[in-house]
Amino acid sequence: MQHLYDKYRFLFLRRLTQVGLLLLYMAGNYFGWTLLMGNLSSSSILELIPLSDPYAVLQMFAAGAVLSTNLLIGAVIIVLFYFVIGGRAFCSWVCPVNMITDAANSLRRMFDFDKIQKKQPASRHIRYWIIGLSLIISMAFGVAAFEFISPVSMVHRGIIFGLGFGWAAMLVIFLFDLFVLKNGWCGHVCPIGGFYSIIGRFSLLRVHHNEEHCTLCMKCKVVCPESQVLHMIGKKSIPVLSGECTNCGRCVEVCDDDALEFSIRKFAEASTPQPLKENI
Amino acid sequence: MSNRLPDKERKMRKQPVSYRRAFLLNTARAIGLAAMGGLVWSAYVDEVRASELLLRPPGALKEEAFLRTCIKCGMCVEACPYDTLMLAKPGDQKPLGTPYFVPREIPCYMCTDIPCVPVCPSGALDVESVSTDNKLDINSADMGLAVIDHESCIAFWGIQCDACYRACPLLDVAITVEYEKNARTGKHAFLKPVVHADACTGCGLCEHACVTEKAAIFVLPREVAMGKAGTHYIRGWDKKDEQRLEGASSRTTTTEISKKSAVDSLNDTGDLY
Repeated sequence: MQHLYDKYRFLFLRRLTQVGLLLLYMAGNYFGWTLLMGNLSSSSILELIPLSDPYAVLQMFAAGAVLSTNLLIGAVIIVLFYFVIGGRAFCSWVCPVNMITDAANSLRRMFDFDKIQKKQPASRHIRYWIIGLSLIISMAFGVAAFEFISPVSMVHRGIIFGLGFGWAAMLVIFLFDLFVLKNGWCGHVCPIGGFYSIIGRFSLLRVHHNEEHCTLCMKCKVVCPESQVLHMIGKKSIPVLSGECTNCGRCVEVCDDDALEFSIRKFAEASTPQPLKENI
Repeated sequence: MSNRLPDKERKMRKQPVSYRRAFLLNTARAIGLAAMGGLVWSAYVDEVRASELLLRPPGALKEEAFLRTCIKCGMCVEACPYDTLMLAKPGDQKPLGTPYFVPREIPCYMCTDIPCVPVCPSGALDVESVSTDNKLDINSADMGLAVIDHESCIAFWGIQCDACYRACPLLDVAITVEYEKNARTGKHAFLKPVVHADACTGCGLCEHACVTEKAAIFVLPREVAMGKAGTHYIRGWDKKDEQRLEGASSRTTTTEISKKSAVDSLNDTGDLY
C-alpha cells in the first residue's frame, strides 16, 4: 500500500480528475446534472460560472466572430487558473487524450520500442507552428480551424455526446504515438498543449529538483513525456521552469531518492545563479 | 566556389553543409512543411464548411456566422428535453461538433420557454431573434421552411390526408388547406396543403407526421428552399414591395447589336425575287 502511494499517487489522482470530469460532463448530458455542463470547449458550473477553452476563443477571434461576454469571462477564468497556479496541468490532469497517449507511451517502454528508435525525427516546436497556422486558416476561412479537426475535441465530445467515428481519431493518435513518434501527439503536435505551455510559463506550481539527493538513475527522464524540461537533473538544484512541463508528477513518483518534489515556485532560487558548493 | 574541382573528386569529398546553407535549408523545409500542412488543412476546413443542408436549433445565426461563433459545447443539446438536437459526430459528414436536428426522426417540439437558446454561451443561438417584445416567442423562430413535393403528396392525388396540417403548431396559419374540385371523379375535392413561408418556423412537425414512405413535406434551410425575385421584378400594385427598390442601383448596358440598325425583314423583300 505504501508502495502504491509512493509510486502512483499522482497518477491515480490524475486519472481520477480526468475520468471524474468526464463522468460529470456525461451526467450533465444524460441525467441533467447542473454541476458541470457542456464540454471542454465551453462549460458552466452550476449554470453560474462559465468556463471556456481560451485557445478555441482565440481561434474564434481570429475567425472574426463576435465574442460574447460569457465566453470571454470563461476564457479569462481558465487562463488565470493555469497562468497563476496550474501551468500546463490541463494536459495531464484534464485532457482525456492524455490517457491514450500515456497508454501508448508505456507500451513503448514495455516492449522496448524506445530502444529500436532512439532518436525522434521531429521537433517539439511543431505545436507552436500549428498554433500560428491555425490562426491564419481561421482568419482565411472564417471558422475556428483547429476546432474543426481537433481530435481532442472529437474525443471528449465523443465520450460525452456519442462517439461516431471518433474512435478512429483515438486509434490514430494511439498508433501514431506507439509506432511513429514517441510522445508524438501530446509532446510534438497538439497546439492546445503548445498554447498551455505558453500560458503556464510563469505558474506557481512547479516540480523542484534537489541535486544533492540525485543518484543519476535517470528514471525521471525515462518516464517524463517532455524530458527536455528535466535538463537540470543531477546538475543544478533548480525548479523545472519550462512551460512545457505538464505538472503530471510522474518524475516525483518514480524518483527513489527524494530528489524531486512539487512545490511553490521559489523565485529567489530560480533567479539567482547557484552558489558553488563548498562543503563537498 | 571559384576553383571548381573535377566531378569525381567533388563526389568523394563529403563536405558538411555550411551553417548558412543549413539555416536556409531548414527555413525552406519549415516553410514547405507549413505550406503543405496548411493546404491540406484548409482544403478540409473548406470542404466541411460547405455543408448547407443542415437544420440548426432555433435562434441560430446565419450559417456562416453560426459556424464562426458556435464553440461546440453541446449545451443546447443537453438543454433539449426531447433529444431533438444532436452534435455532429465524425462520420456524420457534417461540420464536426455543431448542433443540428433531423425532423423526420425527432422534430422541434417548439417549447415555449425555448431551453436550448439561453444556455448558449457564445451567442451562436441568439435570444433576441426568438423574442418578441423582450419575451421568448418560439413562433418567431426560423429554423427552415417546409416544402411540399406535389408529386408524392397523396393529398394532391385526391386521397384525403391532412396529417401535416393537423401536426403544424401554427395550425391554419403556417399550413392551410386549399379546396379544389377533383375533375377526375367529378364529385370529390382535393384538400391541398399550402405552406406559408412568412409563418413557417421550420420545426418539422409536419415532416415528422407525413404518412408517405419518404416525407412528401420536408423542411429545408430557408436559403435553400426559397428563390429570389431580385430587383428586376416588383409588385407595382403593392406599396410595400416598392421599398425593395430603395437600395437598388441602375446599370445601363450597351451591346454590339443595339448599335446597329435593325433589319427591316418584313419590307425587305429583295432576297425573295
